[in-house]
Amino acid sequence: MRRSGSVAADDHIIYRAERLMADYIGCIDDDALERWPLFFTEDGLYRIISRENYRRGLPASFFYCRGQGMMHDRIMSLRRANIYEPHVYRHLVSGLRLVGEEPMGGWRIHTNFQVIRTMHTGEMAVFAVGFFDDVLVERDGVWIFREKTVVCDSSRIDTLLVIPI
Amino acid sequence: MSQATTAELSFQWPALGVCRVPYQVFTDPALYALEQERIFRGEAWHWLGLEVETPSPGDYMTQRIGDTPVIMVRDAQGQMQAFINRCAHRGATLCVEQRGHAQQFTCVYHNWTFDLAGRLRGVAFRHGIRGQGGLPADFDFAAHSLHRLRVEVLHGLVFATFSPHVAPLSEYLGEQMTAHIARIFNRPIRILGSYRQFMHNNWKLYMENVKDTYHASLLHLFLTTFGLNRLSMEGGLEISPCGGHHLSWSKRHVEELAGTEYAQGKMRAMQKDFQLADPRLLQSWGEFPDRITNAIQGIFPNFVVQQIQNSLALRLMVPHGVDACELYWLLFGYADDTPEQAEQRLLQSNLIGPAGLVSMEDGMIGSWVQRTIAQDPEETAVLEMGGRDVTHQGSRVSEASVRGFWQRYRVLMDL
Repeated sequence: MRRSGSVAADDHIIYRAERLMADYIGCIDDDALERWPLFFTEDGLYRIISRENYRRGLPASFFYCRGQGMMHDRIMSLRRANIYEPHVYRHLVSGLRLVGEEPMGGWRIHTNFQVIRTMHTGEMAVFAVGFFDDVLVERDGVWIFREKTVVCDSSRIDTLLVIPI
Repeated sequence: MSQATTAELSFQWPALGVCRVPYQVFTDPALYALEQERIFRGEAWHWLGLEVETPSPGDYMTQRIGDTPVIMVRDAQGQMQAFINRCAHRGATLCVEQRGHAQQFTCVYHNWTFDLAGRLRGVAFRHGIRGQGGLPADFDFAAHSLHRLRVEVLHGLVFATFSPHVAPLSEYLGEQMTAHIARIFNRPIRILGSYRQFMHNNWKLYMENVKDTYHASLLHLFLTTFGLNRLSMEGGLEISPCGGHHLSWSKRHVEELAGTEYAQGKMRAMQKDFQLADPRLLQSWGEFPDRITNAIQGIFPNFVVQQIQNSLALRLMVPHGVDACELYWLLFGYADDTPEQAEQRLLQSNLIGPAGLVSMEDGMIGSWVQRTIAQDPEETAVLEMGGRDVTHQGSRVSEASVRGFWQRYRVLMDL
């Protein structure tokens, strides 16, 4: 399906989006969270929302960050203020799909994700499954997110959600 | 179950009363079963949902009262009704969806049909086929309605009870608690959404946490560091005469630090170099004439009305067996919110919920208790902050409302 005018151009967008997605999940899974806000435009929107709220057009979200500053504050809080048991994520992404071009520029991309959470005890569990509803833009030759909505299939979070998805 | 069940329990509340809580109450399956009978199906009112969630006749939603699944529906006359979510024929679940619209409830198993008031209206093959089979001629439809609950609506909040004896809702809540609900629900609201948080602890450990005004500035470092809630702020703790309900409140802008341990920087929670890169998150506006900025109201047994600045939410704690539970969060604003106000409520919602910068620790701390107490059910927790009894407190450095919860619990449970 053509989205950008040519198959070759579509393939290029998908290639760049796949590279961004790999870098993004690598940043989180490697615990390089201080770099996480840099994957967004300065005023970028990041939110994590349940599929139920998303479908019903209700805005209540688990995370709701407007701009890199709030993302930075999330990480500062995670490092310095919040108390939780040590754990790591492993993201698996697949099915990346170019949805179309945005009226304000940029490309809307949908990507499935799965997050497996491993606790310090060794206990492993599927923590979240869903899809990323993203708007990607190019800034100074680098592809980043202007919007990233993490839509979780389940409305239920086990215990707490502190590390971004 | 009856009095005999209490006798079978190897349980005795400590002589010191409600300033001691035996760990057994969090771990004993027999006590859990008794709670279902005496609290969730006993002399208490239980919040189900909001009227605005079911605006038209036939709109319904499902909820739980303890372990019992319940349907809340607006009937043909516009009245709120509640039933056990179970067909009166063979016990199948009637409504599987969390919410929906129905002209009538038809069980998928054998197509028995009930109207919106719960009356049995139709039975498939009632007269059999060609004179064979079917129901006896004297089968009494009126005797096979859905199990209907008592329902009351207060300022748009729908409550139900299994008890024919419990006092009317406003009496159950008392004047002060009713007034606070009226304060929050002073005009039409707009629902912003809901989510759920699963916890690996007994449901009462979370209710203790909600009623514990002492822990907030100590466990939740985010809150304290930014001056959102210090126990030195002007505030108070009100407890209903029965002990079961509480209201803790504070006013953010009236604060005196001098002479407290906060001023000396002694608390782990105080970190001076910790500043927000984007303080828009904490921007708020005064929207109540009484200038109260934070108010947490706990209604016995398991319902919470929350105002944290402009973040408004209801919480329902649903037990899932003796050592697990699920907290349902419903976030709302007002129908007349400006777009800016609606956005600010969303930004502030970063403070609450399972990912709440302030509240996330509450999802975990109960499990830290649950995992340590199982082997020592006879040992007890100590609740002596603010004294040993259940009284209104000028200070929130107190566990009085936790003791109040147990006072009410003991009466209902006959323990």
